[in-house]
Amino acid sequence: MKQALRRSSGRALHLLLPLVGVGLALLVWWGASLKVTDLPSPARTWEESKLYILEPFAKRGEVDQGIALLAYYSLIRVGQGFLLGVAIGTPLGFLFGVSPLLTRMFDPLMQIMRPISPLAWLPLGLVLFRRSEPAALFAIAVCSMWPTIINTMMGVRAIPQDYWNVAKVLRLSKTTTFLKIIVPATLPYMFTGYRLSLGIAWLVIVASEMLTGTPGVGGFLWQEYNSLIYAHILLAILTIGVIGFVLDRLMGLAEGKLRTV
Amino acid sequence: MAYIEVAGITKSFPAGGGVRPVLRDVSLSVELGEFVAIVGAMGSGKSTLLSILAGLSSADSGTVSVDGEPLTGVRDNAAFVFQNYSLLPWFTALENVRLAVEASCRTLTREEQKARAKRVLEQVGLGNALHRRPRQLSGGMRQRVAIARAFATDPDLLFMDEPFGALDALTRETLQSELMRLCSSVGKPVTTIMITNSVEEALLLSDRIVPILPGPPATLGVPIHVDLPRGRTVAQLVRDEQASHVRAHVVATLTAALGNRRPRAGVVLTEKENTKPGVVSEDPHPVSLS
Repeated sequence: MKQALRRSSGRALHLLLPLVGVGLALLVWWGASLKVTDLPSPARTWEESKLYILEPFAKRGEVDQGIALLAYYSLIRVGQGFLLGVAIGTPLGFLFGVSPLLTRMFDPLMQIMRPISPLAWLPLGLVLFRRSEPAALFAIAVCSMWPTIINTMMGVRAIPQDYWNVAKVLRLSKTTTFLKIIVPATLPYMFTGYRLSLGIAWLVIVASEMLTGTPGVGGFLWQEYNSLIYAHILLAILTIGVIGFVLDRLMGLAEGKLRTV
Repeated sequence: MAYIEVAGITKSFPAGGGVRPVLRDVSLSVELGEFVAIVGAMGSGKSTLLSILAGLSSADSGTVSVDGEPLTGVRDNAAFVFQNYSLLPWFTALENVRLAVEASCRTLTREEQKARAKRVLEQVGLGNALHRRPRQLSGGMRQRVAIARAFATDPDLLFMDEPFGALDALTRETLQSELMRLCSSVGKPVTTIMITNSVEEALLLSDRIVPILPGPPATLGVPIHVDLPRGRTVAQLVRDEQASHVRAHVVATLTAALGNRRPRAGVVLTEKENTKPGVVSEDPHPVSLS
């Protein structure tokens, strides 16, 4: 009885503590809004944003759309860029994993390109493709592929000698070794890479939409800043955070599934 | 010329800027169908020797030839049982065995390959665990899968690296007798080289015991034949005169070699590089060394 009580109060605490955290953050936000005149309070943000949230699929203009619709555009763009990055990064990761020669050849280049900001890649994309949409995909792909390359490479290197010995002893062909040993052994590492890559892709989307002014959460944020509707900046920021969190959780679930195999 | 001829094998590994010699001048002949047990303490270079004999790694100098041909890699007709099972965790027991069958019996149809894998697993008593993954199996069952995988390829040559080393005593005994049964049921000579740290296991299974003397570098001691009919049992070995003679020879050789290296030698041989003591003899009747 006592134990059951303790367990249920533990569960309540589990739910309550995050709510307390959110409450405190709202309090700080509200306090700051008293000091900074341009910063809308939480209540005002809700007042001015509820149209976008309560009618999430409404389309009133090119950028003036419901928040779900805006998020949808961004997600599609991120999805495409992420898939492109993963499609390039995964094979490169396998190549670097099995070939120390290639790794030595390209590692310095990779170390130099990895820390380059999406804001730097985007203009290059615009020069290369002349249109904002492919430029955004280019920036997302280039920025997000590094964790996929590095984790896939690490995964291949971490394959225990035992498995290589099995391949040798069974005299498996190169294709069979790749499909039945290398890929399954690397899969958990690959998905860790995908998860990190998706996180980066989501970071890049906002920057690229802001610069190119394409409809989406990031484009909306920038336009509302220019229109001096500051409450919508906060709406966009919160939306970006929530979606990023959900994406990460979904990838985490997929990753967890693979780890239990 | 014997089926397997090993002449003057030397092997060293790079270690801390220098080299660590592991094997020196190892020579051995194994006849067709013979079961040879190489016995020695842990860390004495047994596994290195076996992987060279199997073609998994190459020696620095010396030659290995099998059936008159110099060894260049893993042979088509060879199978290997590893100490740590080395099953692929993402495959079921059946899929693990099928992978071996698919690679070695390419002329069979997919259905025939599957049937063969199934049959071998049934032979080792895993008929009702075909679709379980390695992590759902006990250590003994995993090693059964590994043994099934080896026998499923219908090998002429079998290499076993401490196949029962990770198992508890009871499971070990059961598996040892199952291995004897499997070996005698294939209906053709299977030349087997097994390494083990248990003198009793060597006595139970092998035709000849080769002690490996820990170095470094390790060398081989004088081999001794086990002139006992097959189908031996642990109980029988405890009483048998010939068995005690062989046991005494092997233990004396090994402990003497260790005695040269360390001031005091016991029946339990430990290797200082290993944290885990390498038990050489689980002899119920410890041999007096005096």
